[in-house]
Amino acid sequence: MALKMVKGSIDRMFDKNLQDLVRGIRNHKEDEAKYISQCIDEIKQELKQDNIAVKANAVCKLTYLQMLGYDISWAAFNIIEVMSASKFTFKRIGYLAASQCFHEGTDVIMLTTNQIRKDLSSPNQYDTGVALTGLSCFVTPDLARDLANDIMTLMSHTKPYIRKKAVLIMYKVFLKYPESLRPAFPRLKEKLEDPDPGVQSAAVNVICELARRNPKNYLSLAPLFFKLMTSSTNNWVLIKIIKLFGALTPLEPRLGKKLIEPLTNLIHRNADWNLCFCVAVLISLSSGMPNHSASIQLCVQKLRILIEDSDQNLKYLGLLAMSKILKTHPKSVQSHKDLILQCLDDKDESIRLRALDLLYGMVSKKNLMEIVKKLMIHVDKAEGTTYRDELLTKIIDICSQSNYQYITNFEWYISILVELTRLEGTRHGHLIAAQMLDVAIRVKAIRKFAVSQMAMLLDNAHLIASNTQRNGICEVLYAAAWICGEFSEHLEEANQTLEAMLRPKVTTLPGHIQAVYVQNMVKLYASILQQKEQSGEKEAAQEITQLMIERLPQFVQSADLEVQERASCILQLIKYVQKLQVKEVPVAEEVIALFAGELNPVAPKAQKKVPVPEGLDLDAWINEPPSDSESEDEKPKTIFHEEEQRHSRHRQPEIDEEELARRREARKQEQANNPFYIKSSPSPQKRYQDTPGVEHIPVVQIDLSVPLKVPGMPMSDQYVKLEEERRHKQKLEKDKKKKKQKKEKRGKHHRHNSLHTESEEDIAPAHHVDIITEEMPENALPSDEDDKDPNDPYKALDIDLDKPLADSEKLPVQRHRNVETLKSPDAEVPLEEKKSKKPKKKEKKHKEKERDKGKKKEKEKKVVEEEEEEGKKKSSKHKKKKHKKEKEEKSKDKKKSKKKSHHSEEEPPQSVQNGTLDDEPLPPMSSYRLLAENPYIKMTYDIQGNLQNDSQVTVSVIFENKSTSFLKSMELNVLDSLNTKMLRPEGSSVHDGIPVPFQLPPGISNEAQFVFTLQSIVMAQKLKGTLSFIVKNDEGSTHEKLDFKLHFSCASYLITTPCYSDAFAKLLESGDLHMSSIKVDGISISFQHLLAKICFHHHFSVVERVDSCASMYSRSIQGHHVCLLVKKGENSVSIDGKCNDSTLLSNLLDEMKETLSKC
Amino acid sequence: MQFMLLFSRQGKLRLQKWYVPLSDKEKKKITRELVQTVLARKPKMCSFLEWRDLKIVYKRYASLYFCCAIEDQDNELITLEIIHRYVELLDKYFGSVCELDIIFNFEKAYFILDEFLLGGEVQETSKKNVLKAIEQADLLQEVKTHRIKYETIVFSL
Repeated sequence: MALKMVKGSIDRMFDKNLQDLVRGIRNHKEDEAKYISQCIDEIKQELKQDNIAVKANAVCKLTYLQMLGYDISWAAFNIIEVMSASKFTFKRIGYLAASQCFHEGTDVIMLTTNQIRKDLSSPNQYDTGVALTGLSCFVTPDLARDLANDIMTLMSHTKPYIRKKAVLIMYKVFLKYPESLRPAFPRLKEKLEDPDPGVQSAAVNVICELARRNPKNYLSLAPLFFKLMTSSTNNWVLIKIIKLFGALTPLEPRLGKKLIEPLTNLIHRNADWNLCFCVAVLISLSSGMPNHSASIQLCVQKLRILIEDSDQNLKYLGLLAMSKILKTHPKSVQSHKDLILQCLDDKDESIRLRALDLLYGMVSKKNLMEIVKKLMIHVDKAEGTTYRDELLTKIIDICSQSNYQYITNFEWYISILVELTRLEGTRHGHLIAAQMLDVAIRVKAIRKFAVSQMAMLLDNAHLIASNTQRNGICEVLYAAAWICGEFSEHLEEANQTLEAMLRPKVTTLPGHIQAVYVQNMVKLYASILQQKEQSGEKEAAQEITQLMIERLPQFVQSADLEVQERASCILQLIKYVQKLQVKEVPVAEEVIALFAGELNPVAPKAQKKVPVPEGLDLDAWINEPPSDSESEDEKPKTIFHEEEQRHSRHRQPEIDEEELARRREARKQEQANNPFYIKSSPSPQKRYQDTPGVEHIPVVQIDLSVPLKVPGMPMSDQYVKLEEERRHKQKLEKDKKKKKQKKEKRGKHHRHNSLHTESEEDIAPAHHVDIITEEMPENALPSDEDDKDPNDPYKALDIDLDKPLADSEKLPVQRHRNVETLKSPDAEVPLEEKKSKKPKKKEKKHKEKERDKGKKKEKEKKVVEEEEEEGKKKSSKHKKKKHKKEKEEKSKDKKKSKKKSHHSEEEPPQSVQNGTLDDEPLPPMSSYRLLAENPYIKMTYDIQGNLQNDSQVTVSVIFENKSTSFLKSMELNVLDSLNTKMLRPEGSSVHDGIPVPFQLPPGISNEAQFVFTLQSIVMAQKLKGTLSFIVKNDEGSTHEKLDFKLHFSCASYLITTPCYSDAFAKLLESGDLHMSSIKVDGISISFQHLLAKICFHHHFSVVERVDSCASMYSRSIQGHHVCLLVKKGENSVSIDGKCNDSTLLSNLLDEMKETLSKC
Repeated sequence: MQFMLLFSRQGKLRLQKWYVPLSDKEKKKITRELVQTVLARKPKMCSFLEWRDLKIVYKRYASLYFCCAIEDQDNELITLEIIHRYVELLDKYFGSVCELDIIFNFEKAYFILDEFLLGGEVQETSKKNVLKAIEQADLLQEVKTHRIKYETIVFSL
């Protein structure tokens, strides 16, 4: 055995480590692949060994190989093994490997849940840290759900190192498990004010990212962030906050105004980050400043300086910021058109693209032609298809924006589109085609021109479609064919166009375009037929029919089903027409009737917006769904029973084929799901062969060095000139008119006229253009939801955070089954008991009577209701009891009970003395101090020492329900200090709260006790804590919280102990007591009251009292003796104290001074 | 931040950190595409480029390109600052870092990155704190590795 181990370790010495591997790879440059496959074999051997160090080394090497692009998913399980190593060295490597190669599809990832949970609660902060870091990379919805609660607990970890990581990772958790957002948000919000700057910045980061996606839910945080912004000095945090405000300002315009000042301060504050801020501020605020045209103007001018800078980064950012301003203040940016156009010539594509973006917003009716002309020049010059494609889409975007608002001359636009078809290798053929169709359909006036242009395109189709590389652009033929067909009445030489469409080359086009060709040639044919018949040219009409019949068969043979079907259908139709023509029957009218009616443009979203008629339930089954037990092949039989039978009789063999195909499909499915089946992936060559009609298309090479210029095509440039001339004319005319007007209206409208300058609106369109708006269904419902992407991962996080937390929203906590048997008082237990125990009893009774399920349910409901009523009764009983108790106590007090009672919230006047103080009435006093209060609940508390245990005190807290709601699931938690800790049930962590063992009906109060352990009692302590509880009323239940500070005064460690004067004297004589004294001035209350106060609040008892002098005594839980000598002067009180511990004494005296000074 | 890539002038990937879960295939595709586009850009061009729906911020330090992908609304300059901060961290940790340091100690480079960024967000803005955390974690590791070596010696004797 030992030998084996020795051998193992010797072997290991010869293992390659990471460095060796890297070196090896660098030394095997020629046969790298071979070397690495050899290494992988070695690694596989290493992974088989038991030694975790060897495994970790192997996994480390694998991580490196993964980066080089090798698949290491096969080692996922080994990675988990290394992750679960106890040594940090290995764990770290395991988590690194996991974070690099795990993703949602990794199936072993669910095995990690418990390991991660274990690491999260590890006492070593670096274990926890490494687990959090790893988790942030591969968190899945399942992991997020299971671990959300653990991570949330870590958000209040004592170490800021863990806290900040936990806070940051919560963002990932929210994304994967949106349900966790609401329960975790309060704590996240708390972290905004964390003392550690790292944690604070993490919280800012997370909330900022959340708010960016759904800003409206975070508006209420604006004041908090405003405070942070003015107080924080961390630039990274500030930038995030500015970004957050950028998201918020559009929703709350007032915020923008408020921000200007602090933001300008920020910019001035530090020079290094000046620029960073400038841009951030500009970007975030440009949308939020409504009426600050002056400052915007300034911004734009500054940006111009940036853009003119030689630093490309600044140029880029300047343009970027400019485009943000453009959205809100287009006019102020428009004046810098020259600069932007200049940027279009930049060598850097990024900058050119930015400039293009800007152009989009800068166009007006006046400059559209000019800008597009420039862009067209760029299109010609552009190298690289991506940029050219970008230019193309931008041109189309610019022209078509807001319903062709800026286009004054559609002829020009059509010719631009036609010019764009000359682009080589563009992907955007369909875009151009769509524009052509849209314009032709919606602008009636342009149809004639459009048709003539399209006819020309069709005529020159060989130029467009010839090169296989350019087949993106052949999409325009689709539009051209359709326009020519649909609006054939505008066609001048229809014959020629028809012939062009019937050319054999057409069959090389993609199927869907051919189909449109076929359909539209009939439209053309119909209109030609009509024309010829009207003019009485029968022969010509027959000729055209003959042409169709001759040429159509080439489409009938098409491999594309759509083309084939349409072609054969139309061929038959035309053959019939021919028959009629031979009989000299006029047919044109009937043929044209096939295509009667006008097509109206329909809005793209129209279908969605059709309202569902009343009484129609789209989710209801039309036929009852077949039950699940029926197998798939039975389904059709039940519905089409007879048909199926007929089929089987007539076409037995084909059924077999179908069946075979079905089985084949099923088998494929099965294989696909079988991890052990090696799938044969279709080789790329094979796939190529499968696609029909690609290879046998005859490809005609044309010489492209000759610039493509389609004869007779009008160049768009000429429109620019025409337009200028036209405008000039218009202007002249207008001037004339003005002069006339001036003459006519001189005097009255003098001012008005002189101010009248040529504005954009004055440019009249060249044609009367009637843009048909897109049709929407009647009574369509307006909705904004159309634009939202249902797959947006951030949509799920659009959650109202201000709504109080409901009961059901608690994060799932992993518990052991036997949670009820735990002795710790669990708030949920009584609830469960209520539901489970009692109904059982009653059920038994009911069972005998009725066994109907439905009724039983009803009964159960009733039972629960009864239960609740009972509960109420109980509580009211309880109330009564309480009252009784109080009364009893009162009467007891009157009977001079010596002991104080801590069991009622308002203590009646108590006599606290064993002296002779009873003759004077004492003001009411309560040892219960206010702990915390909100509209729902008031907490008062008292702390008592425990004589039996010298290191424990009991804190009694009275919870008073002030609301009209039911309070339940109360849980009290405090942040332990080193010295003072809350005693929790065994097994629970320091972050767990202790459930309050009761629920509170409205108006009821009750007391719970919590035990704390302490080490030193010489100092007062303050512990922060939180009470969380659920408020339940008719409207539902909400989760609430109340923070408090538990103050352990030194007096609370004292126990009122009676002492006789002789013992007291001995104690003073012993001499081992430290002494200290205080004096308080301005005391007006009587000496007796004073003593009573000290006795009551500081747990002393009077030993002896002589006139205005008294000796008092008390003992601490740890046995310190405290002796006091209280002397009253005229308006002052002096207290001399002696105690075993000087610190305790001075603290006690300080506390007393405070109490007395209040008198 | 969506991901961070480090690659050499020859286009060799030196480090990759993905803050969005993607399949290996996609990662490879993105990496290849990006490395090509970034390497094709001339030195005087700006550090930003738009790619798909992301913004790429890159910077060249000696022979190494640092390349981050951020979302549309993120701040480019702060991303440059993040890159620079990471380089500073590497520099401090390795002592005038060179490409070879990152190649041979690639796991350390990852650990530093993990202390600096978490889930694509800046985790610790203080250089000192990052290095402190790394050093302490290393210390934890070193102690244990020493122990292992020691054990080995005992066994081989």
